[in-house]
Formats: sequence, structure tokens, C-alpha cells
Amino acid sequence: MSRNDMLIPKVAVITGITTQTPDVKTYKVNAPEGGKPFEHMPGQCAMLSIPGISEAMISITSSPTNKEYMEFSIKRCGCLTEAIHALEEGDEITVRGPLGNHFPVESELKGKDLVFIAGGIGLAPLRSVINYCLDNRDDYGEIDIVYGSRTKQDLVGFEEIQNVWAKAPNVNVYLTIDNPQEDWDGHVGFVPNYVKELNLSVDKTVLMCGPPIMIKFTLQGLIELGFTKEQIYTTMELRMKCGIGKCGRCNIGSKYVCKDGPVFRFDELDELPDEY
Amino acid sequence: MLRLSADKLDKLFSAISDAKELYLPVEENGSSKFDKWSEETQVNLNRLNTVKSPKDLFFPQSEDLMRFKKEGKKITVDTPDENCKEFVVFGVRACDVKSIEVLDRVFLSEPVDTYYESKRKAATIVSLACSEPEESCFCNIFGIDATEPAADVSTWLADDYLYWEAKTEKGEALTESIKSVFEQAEDTSAVDAQKENVKAIIEKLPLSGLNLDYFKNNDMMDIFNSEKWDELYEACLGCGTCTFVCPTCQCYDIRDYDTGHGIVRYRCWDSCMYSDFTLMAGGQPRTTQKERFRQRFMHKLVYFPMNNDGEFSCVGCGRCVNKCPVRLNIAKVIRALGGEV
Repeated sequence: MSRNDMLIPKVAVITGITTQTPDVKTYKVNAPEGGKPFEHMPGQCAMLSIPGISEAMISITSSPTNKEYMEFSIKRCGCLTEAIHALEEGDEITVRGPLGNHFPVESELKGKDLVFIAGGIGLAPLRSVINYCLDNRDDYGEIDIVYGSRTKQDLVGFEEIQNVWAKAPNVNVYLTIDNPQEDWDGHVGFVPNYVKELNLSVDKTVLMCGPPIMIKFTLQGLIELGFTKEQIYTTMELRMKCGIGKCGRCNIGSKYVCKDGPVFRFDELDELPDEY
Repeated sequence: MLRLSADKLDKLFSAISDAKELYLPVEENGSSKFDKWSEETQVNLNRLNTVKSPKDLFFPQSEDLMRFKKEGKKITVDTPDENCKEFVVFGVRACDVKSIEVLDRVFLSEPVDTYYESKRKAATIVSLACSEPEESCFCNIFGIDATEPAADVSTWLADDYLYWEAKTEKGEALTESIKSVFEQAEDTSAVDAQKENVKAIIEKLPLSGLNLDYFKNNDMMDIFNSEKWDELYEACLGCGTCTFVCPTCQCYDIRDYDTGHGIVRYRCWDSCMYSDFTLMAGGQPRTTQKERFRQRFMHKLVYFPMNNDGEFSCVGCGRCVNKCPVRLNIAKVIRALGGEV
């Protein structure tokens, strides 16, 4: 097993499973000998696989500042994710990575006030950045987290949001759900509208991930508020097989989402065909 | 330059295959492909282009990448040996030689695809200059000289002789190992005459006047948004034939197969012409055949050059021209969008 090729995965073991929502579970993953399978930067992804089923690109939701294990939040929505949801602690999977680029946490984002906007499972890739920023708190300014989901039960990582993020210094958490619900006294409404209501200062930098419809309308709203596309980052998802820019699947214009992304600024996306 | 009488080609093939495996254009069941030589092989050097290009030798239609064993919860990964037996490919036309350079740019760029690399390193490529270009040929528009193919060794079949010229160290090493089959070619005027003759034919070919300036001089988004795509794609069946016969198409799929005693992960050719190529649980970014059709040609004529010093990902071999069931092809696309001189 000495061959070194990016298509060849490492074996990893599931060391913890948290049920987050009715269809999202978060998996702790370690190398079989302990430690993390590999290092990464916030926003990077990995190819996860159950041999015999298939392989898919999943964002790494844990921060690189977590030195003990790696985490993946996975929504059950297809063949492979269905099989992953049936796994138990101690089961082995394969991982390969880190793949793709990352949010510019060491350059453009440093010293900035940051706004994280997420919808549903879209929080997963942003969580890596949020925890990275909180673990390097002095390097970043004020942090706003706007997060919405269909129902309270669909909020991913509710405990961490309430007990860690909401209590962190200079961090504001804004949660919203689509429709009123009995055990919910927070905001009700869609993310794009909520973002407009919040009247965010336009000198902040935005990191956004969620369903395409949320992205579309939130982007419109932010532009109306006075943000420029250069201030707004997102992370994308397309079907992938190789993860290294060769199999051709995630090609948008001259870019490959797996290699040149998944993190793009909206001014960069403006120059590409609208095929995502 | 060396030469050998054309009726002694079997001696050459036999000498090469004494040391290395030899692959060359072979006729089989009315079709043709590059296949391993043996004394019984139906070699056909008169056919201009094989139906299946030699890309199969470097990037096989289907290739095992690794095997997994599962014991209880434990997974082990076994990968095939990186070493590949040295082999020689004979009879590669200038367009196909160029197509291997295009594949190199994909598979040998970082991170290197070691499956491709090991075959590429093991191969010595012997090209064969074209003597009778066909109506579907347009390699000239990509700056390819059909009479002067690159590769490790260049050869010409002219006036009942095979003329042989080593061009690289690999080519010289091969020549040295089989030099007893050759004689010195004192007079190479037959080669020169053939070159002139072929160049004259190429000038008159119907597709040799295609012009690529439109793709060189226009903005990606302007080409992408051209109204021409709306008419162009309509006949496309989405059968994927063009991508499978294309020597530069390199899109692939990776799949797992349970053999009953272990799992094989293999890759196989795939096609951007198919709707499930990009289909996700969350939706379909290329919704109609128009997007898929446009993707293929945008990639070859615009996206690939943008990332590869202006090199197009088409070599004008004409296979798609000959094989498309509805007579759609890249030449039509170039002409419709960019016009002709």
C-alpha cells in the first residue's frame, strides 16, 4: 500500500456519532492508530466512502484547531448518505483529502468583522470557519451568525450554537425558522428577509452557505443593503468523482469546483457560466 | 534516416515484440483499434485512423484502481503495482500523437495521476505519417503537421519502404535494440515527395479551412451566451459516441463493484453528454441537452485552452465527424460559431 495517488483513500474509523436533526448526523472520525486522518484548512473537503457503495465529497465541519479528531455533518439524502447513517461507532470508512481551496482565514478575513449566513445543512462547512475564528478570537472582529432552518428540530448543532457560540465574546447569534412552532420564541421567517431586517453594517465580510434559493435571495438582499460582491464568499457543491480536477464533472467555465473551489467570492462567480 | 522494405514489416514487429509488448492498428470484426501484436494479428496500416484511438493504452476504457477487503469492521486497501511493463505503440498518426500531449496536460499536472503516468513512462510511441488524409481530417487547423508526426520515433510508409527516424532518447534506445532489421536510407526523396503530395491534399480538404480565431479572440461568456447553441444542439441525441471515440475526451467515472470476494473500485470513461453525469440528490446544474452539448465544445475550444496555454482539446482527427449518428460534430460547431476563411 505504498502507492501515492490522490485517488487512493486512507482508512478511518468512526469514533462518535451525534444525531443532530431527524436527517443529519455528525460523525467523529479518527485514523485507526488515533489522531486525525490528515490536516486541513477551514472550508476544505474530503472524499468519504463506504467501499462497495460509493464515494462523495463532504465538507469537513470541524475546525483545524481541533487536534483530536475530524468531524463531518451528513444529511441523509442519497445512496451513500443513507448507508453512512446506518453506520455505528467503531465502523471503518475511507477518507481522502484535504481537497479544494479554503476560506482565506489567514489573509483576507483577518481583522475583519465577519457575518456567517447559513441555511440548513449549509452550516456544516461554515462551522469549521466559525470555530477556527473563535479559537483565534483576537485575529477577527465582531462575528454575526445568522442561521435558519425549516423547524427548530432541523437546526444543526443547536447545543453548540446556544452553549458555545452565543456565549463567546463579541459574537451575535441570530436564529430563525421558516414557520411558527410551539416551543420556539425566536425569530420566524426566511433567512434572506431576516438578513435584511438585521441592518448589518456594510463594511463586514460575509460567508454564506445554504440551498441555492436562499443564496440567490440573500445575495440580492445584501447587494441592496450596499454590500459588494467582493465582500461575499460562498462554498459550492457539484457532483464530483475525482476531487482533483480531472474527471470533468464539476467543471464550471474554466474552473473546477473540487480544485479551484469550493470556496468562491461572488465577483469570481460572476465571471463564470451560471451552471451550478 | 533508416528504412526497411514494407514486405518485411513482420520482421520489424517480431523484433520489437521480442523485447517489449507491441501495440498497433489492428482490424477486427470490421472495426479497428490498437491491439497487441502477434503473428496472427490482422495489422492494417492503410486505415487512416482506428475507430478507437490509442488513448485506451494510457487511459483504459475501464481500469481497476484498487481493491478493498472488509473483515468485520476493518477495511484494507490494496492497490495495483505501480510498475508497468514497457511497451511500444506503432502506427500512431500525428493527430493521435498530439492527443496524448493533451491527455498529458490533464493527467500529469499536479496532483499526478500515477495510473496514467506509469503507462506513459513505459511507452515508446512510434508515429506513422499520413499518406492519404480523408475528408473528415482537419488536424492542420490545430497546427498539426500530418506529414511530420512527433513522438519517440517518426515513420513514413512510402514507395514500398518504411522510413524510420528516432526523435527522442526513448526512440533511439528502441532503434538501437532492433537496428539489424534496418538499412541506411541513402535516398529519402520518396518521403519528401509524399510530404509534398499530402500537404497538397490537405489544402483541398473540405474542413481544412476552419478558422479558430473566434474562439481565440472572444470572451468566454460571450461564446457561452451565443445564440448559435440553441440551433446547434437540437439534433444531439446525447448518445456519447463522440466522447468515446474522441482521443482527447478524458472525463471519467469511479465506481465500486462487489465481486463476491472483495470490492473493486474501478474507473471508466464517462461522458458529459449524459444527464446523470452531473445529476445530484440536490438537483441538476446542466438541465437540458443544450447545456451538456455546449459544455463539451466550450471545454474543448474555450475552457481547456484558458487553462493550458491556448492549446485546444481537439486534434482534428475526424472520428466524431465519421461516427456521429446525426452528423453533428466539432467542425460544425466551429463553423457555425466562428465562420470559415
